[in-house]
Amino acid sequence: MIELNQFLILSALLFAIGVIGIFLNRKNVIIILMSIEIILLSVNLNLIAFSYFLNDLTGQIFSLFVLTVAAAEAAIGLAILVIYNRNAGNIEIEKINALKG
Amino acid sequence: MTAQLLTFYLFSGVILISSLMVISTKNPVHSVLFLILSFLNAAGLFVILHAEFLAMILIIVYVGAVAVLFLFVVMMLDFKTSINKDNILQYIPIGILIGVVFIAELIIVLINTKFDLSNIQVLPNPLSDFTGKSNTEAIGSVLYTDYILYFQLSGVILLVAMIGSIVLTLREREGVKRQVVSEQLQRQGKINLVDVKSGKGVDI
Repeated sequence: MIELNQFLILSALLFAIGVIGIFLNRKNVIIILMSIEIILLSVNLNLIAFSYFLNDLTGQIFSLFVLTVAAAEAAIGLAILVIYNRNAGNIEIEKINALKG
Repeated sequence: MTAQLLTFYLFSGVILISSLMVISTKNPVHSVLFLILSFLNAAGLFVILHAEFLAMILIIVYVGAVAVLFLFVVMMLDFKTSINKDNILQYIPIGILIGVVFIAELIIVLINTKFDLSNIQVLPNPLSDFTGKSNTEAIGSVLYTDYILYFQLSGVILLVAMIGSIVLTLREREGVKRQVVSEQLQRQGKINLVDVKSGKGVDI
């Protein structure tokens, strides 16, 4: 029988992979967006696992809303990426330093 | 080892390996394809957890819409990646450090904690009375009644995202001839009707 802890460890590993992806990636922003998607997937997995083991549907509803917001975020992020690429000619993270931050 | 456990390990192994490949491959197209693989296996895990509706939504929305959107952007933008190896290696120690600390903290907490869910008091709500209903039916009976406000709010979020991305990517191109209907309709005073005699032609 599967226990809750297995799902929690799996989603912790997924979350950590997403965070490492954000830190390691220096090539383009699109991989960072994908890492954010991985992180949101792990959060969804957590919510659904708790929803199943608590026998309560609220987690699934919340996961549905997380999916919605993630889709909107991906659309906006990719649109910003497209116009940045049109203006600056590349989307390399090292070269996105217009704010001198 | 039951079949359920075996399926869980299969799905979770593929998810972990493919998400590692997402962040480590050089080619962004391969990254998107591994992301799709990861989402498909996560949908399998959702089915194990009796969340069939969300599994299908994950496949339809993520694999069908978001991942394809990523694929379009990756394929249409021409990335000129000219990063040399040293720059990449520079960030590996801090990345590995943060990742290891993160994983260690979470795993230590999770291994030492045995969640005893029978003691947890779930708030008394009508949400747990779903015996005999399918998952989709149960979600629908809750989503359109108790969570209707949040549901409509998420619709507004999607609308804002749609308008925002259209406005961001729209641009006026120079030197493109367009049909302007109002100008065409206002040309009536300038139209000159000429009665042409047959066989003679007309000078303009």
